[in-house]
Amino acid sequence: MKQDKLEIARGFKNCCTRITSGLRKFGQFREAPSLVALLGIILISSLLSPHFFTGTNIKNILTQVSIIAILAMGEAYVILTGGIDLSLGSVLALVSVLIAGCMKWMNLPVYLAVTAGLGVGTLCGLTSGLLVTKVKIPSFIATLAMMAIARGLALIYAKGVPISMFPPEFRIIARYLGPISVLTLIMIGMYVIGQLILSWTRTGQYIHATGGHEEATRYLGVNVDRVKLFAFAFSGFCAAVGGVMLTARMDSAYPNVGQGYELDAIGSAVLGGISFTGGVGSVGGAFMGALVITILGNLLNLLRVSGFYQYVFKGIILAVAALSLSRGVKYAK
Amino acid sequence: MVEIPLVEMKGISKSFGAVKALQRVDLELNHGEVLGLVGDNAAGKSTLVKILSGVYTPDEGEIFIQGQRVEFASPADSRRLGIEMIYQDLAIVPNLSIAGNIFLGREPVKSFLGIKILDKRKMIEQSRQAIGRLDVDIRSTKLSSAGLSGGQQQAVAVGRAIFFNPRVVIMDEPTAALSVKGIKKVLELVRELEERGISIILISHRLPNIFAVTDRVIILRTGRRVGERITKDTTPEEIIDLMVGMD
Repeated sequence: MKQDKLEIARGFKNCCTRITSGLRKFGQFREAPSLVALLGIILISSLLSPHFFTGTNIKNILTQVSIIAILAMGEAYVILTGGIDLSLGSVLALVSVLIAGCMKWMNLPVYLAVTAGLGVGTLCGLTSGLLVTKVKIPSFIATLAMMAIARGLALIYAKGVPISMFPPEFRIIARYLGPISVLTLIMIGMYVIGQLILSWTRTGQYIHATGGHEEATRYLGVNVDRVKLFAFAFSGFCAAVGGVMLTARMDSAYPNVGQGYELDAIGSAVLGGISFTGGVGSVGGAFMGALVITILGNLLNLLRVSGFYQYVFKGIILAVAALSLSRGVKYAK
Repeated sequence: MVEIPLVEMKGISKSFGAVKALQRVDLELNHGEVLGLVGDNAAGKSTLVKILSGVYTPDEGEIFIQGQRVEFASPADSRRLGIEMIYQDLAIVPNLSIAGNIFLGREPVKSFLGIKILDKRKMIEQSRQAIGRLDVDIRSTKLSSAGLSGGQQQAVAVGRAIFFNPRVVIMDEPTAALSVKGIKKVLELVRELEERGISIILISHRLPNIFAVTDRVIILRTGRRVGERITKDTTPEEIIDLMVGMD
């Protein structure tokens, strides 16, 4: 009998240590707090609202998160190199009115309009990148300038009015394929590409290295400027993809769209554990962050909380996330 | 017949704004030689070797490698010609793996569906060989470099410099952050590289180290070359006098 009890006690102890060591290993993942936050907000949402776990709502969330998640990935690339991009929302708006104008006013075929939009978005990112690398303006200021310029160009191009009712070939982008929307599929595709670049190419390696220790990376013969240019161009491209998606989803484009999206993108990156000192984090983390922000918005909507309060909630969560994630990672730069 | 030096820097000048860091400095490095480069703070030692490693471009002057005139637009050009530098802070990127650090700037790639992707297995295995030669305890080159001790970081930096069979290794204050035991290892390493026919430029404040391993010493003072001595024919006192200008 006594033997048995001892055995059980020992087994229990083993089990405990296994759990704690497992937890410790889990805690070492940079994305662990993000995952906990994500599970937490899912739990809270399902407790507070009976509508949360309905099929329609989940479908909605997956569609809503798609655009923010793509912007968050672009932001993640720039933050990984040690910079920041504030221009995402404005670039998205510019691309949105541009493709709308191409289709409605110039009667260009859909694929040409979309290509032009993606090109212009990438060009905006590239311009920010050139301001940072060649003119040596800090990315905060350079992309703040781009934020104003792109918004202004959007207003000028659209003459301040909304453009809507697009050809059906374009609206395919906003359709559902069975339970999953094309928007979500585009997001998945973008994430696969984004992750592959980061972890399997030289460029990805250099993005991490530049954020980790820029000087050393330059000393070893890596063209750091080109790495940053790539990150900003990729970010602009992501904003453009987001612009195409949003335009299709709303079936209209207006130059004031996307205000505050940079907050969501940066917030997702921070919530996802991407370090502002650069070099640390993953696009998977950015996705989790985007999900947290989207679900939070969704929950507040389900609870009929006014949109005005949502900003306050987002801000508070962002501050708390930054606080809890900033400890631990410090580099001798 | 006079032997052509492996490296020859002629009339190198470099200014940073109003500061004249180097004024018409010459440096020559012979095959298999260990050259000491000494001088007080701000004498221009680091600037001179950073010009040789391609970090800075000189305002004036020319560089010759085995008699051939070369121009370095970036450290990549200099490394391609077999010039490696071990930096004062070791230039370890903390968030990359050890393998990532050793191969930084020249990662092996393989083709996958027409796209060049990193050959991670090759990186990990070859970097293990590179570290293995150096007699340090590093469990796996897959690990992040963030938690490495000073000696281990040193090993990674050295492994990176010698893995690609360089002709010249420049060491900028390699003993600055090291224990006595660590310094001994660096000096052993210098001798070992010398035996393998690699030419070395050693920058150090510690004259005992300079006297222990170098063949020849060049002395800089406030951006000018003020002297050159054969190590076995000089004394630390004489070198110090040249460094601080008490002649």
